Amino acid sequence: MAMFIRVDVDPAVQADPALCKRLVELCPVDIFALDGAGRIATVEQNLDECTLCDLCIAAAPGRVTVVKLYAEG
Amino acid sequence: MRLYEHESKQLLRRHGVPLPKSALARSAEEAERAAAGLGGPVVLKSQVLTGGRMKAGGVRFASSPAEAKSAAAAILTLPINGQQPAGVLVEERRTIAQEYYAAVTWDTRAKQPVIVFSDMGGIDVEEVAVQHPGHVARVHFSALTPFSDFFAKVAVASTGVSGNELGALTRIVAALARAFLQYDLTLAEINPIGRLDDGSIVALDAHLDMEEEARGTHRALLQELGVPEEDTRQARPPTAFEIAGAAVDASDPRGVAGRVVEFDGNLGLIIGAGGGSLTLFDAIRAAGGKPANYCEIGGNPSVGKAAALTRLVLSKPGVEQIAVMMNVVSNTRVDIMARGVIKGVIEAGHDPAAKIAIFRIPGSWEEEGFAILRRYGVDYVDRSVSMHEAARRAVAKLGAQPGRKR
Ligand code: SF4
Repeated sequence: MAMFIRVDVDPAVQADPALCKRLVELCPVDIFALDGAGRIATVEQNLDECTLCDLCIAAAPGRVTVVKLYAEG
Repeated sequence: MRLYEHESKQLLRRHGVPLPKSALARSAEEAERAAAGLGGPVVLKSQVLTGGRMKAGGVRFASSPAEAKSAAAAILTLPINGQQPAGVLVEERRTIAQEYYAAVTWDTRAKQPVIVFSDMGGIDVEEVAVQHPGHVARVHFSALTPFSDFFAKVAVASTGVSGNELGALTRIVAALARAFLQYDLTLAEINPIGRLDDGSIVALDAHLDMEEEARGTHRALLQELGVPEEDTRQARPPTAFEIAGAAVDASDPRGVAGRVVEFDGNLGLIIGAGGGSLTLFDAIRAAGGKPANYCEIGGNPSVGKAAALTRLVLSKPGVEQIAVMMNVVSNTRVDIMARGVIKGVIEAGHDPAAKIAIFRIPGSWEEEGFAILRRYGVDYVDRSVSMHEAARRAVAKLGAQPGRKR
């Protein structure tokens, strides 16, 4: 269970297979993965490894959000 | 990585160092045959990676093959400082007129190799240096330029040696220095070098230590010497805790987290960076603390790797708290380390605020790391608090735990 980081992906991203593939490729710590049907999902056991590099956010502005759970009130 | 005497001598022989005739025996019968082959009196020496052989009874003399057989039988079953002998070196016994000492090692202050030579060998050179400083010479040389025999000659001549002996000893010391550089040694020592009754000069004992990291570079050489790859050459076999630490480190190529050495204390240590491990370990002891382990962390270990190391340290019986401390580092991410350590503590079933005595990692992403530590109520300090002060605070906090006997 991730304790520090949550990554939210807008369901609309699923309609863009190229973006899904790109997210999987760009994350340095394998937080994104494609399922058998080519749909993107986050990999629970890797979430806490997030380096906060923002590459995913830059690739999908407004459609991927990285939430720091420790920063919430 | 220490080499046995017989391996050290094989290596020095290649560099032209004169040595007495010898043979390695793994059994009493082999020792008997070796003594017969050498003819005349022999000395039998236990092959262990520790000092104090003579005092422990690991060096014996024999004047016949039958005597050599019984001496070898005694040596081969005699552990020295907890080490079982790897064999016995059977060597021709010579009459010694004078003993000398020669070594090449690193002077970490001067950041250069140094030759140490004394015309009073066979005894503790450090004692000679105190009692008879004029009989110990130290000469530095560069590891960046080809070695010149001149340095060896200066070292030998400084102790008053002259004539034929100066030439012979210079050649031995120069060979020792070249071996030191060629094989990435951390210590190359001959104690004693003997001037025999016939005037010849030979190396009677030899001790070489190779840089652990250089094993890969010298794989072929180690194979020729018969050193198996799995032979760690540590003074004692690793404990289950240490093996588990190595497995943690090997589980992920990111950063270093898992090189641990087990001790008996109650304060678990997650420490490292730029020599920080040794400094922090000493600082804990200087403050009256009892480390449960030595440890090295560095680079950027993943959250999972830092968590696994934390769980391992906390799993050690007797560990009451952990101290997470590093030297000032530019590359280690404080937030990643904070996540890893807190995760490990929680996964081990503890409250990070109670279990982490102190967190001091002055690195990158500090503010992000401090936000995580605050969230979990962990005591942390920044680089304005020295390593020694952080260690003192950790020890004081452990001593002040409620219900704890002082
Ligand atoms: S911020 Fe970087 S590490 Fe984190 S999920 Fe996005 S791409 Fe991966």
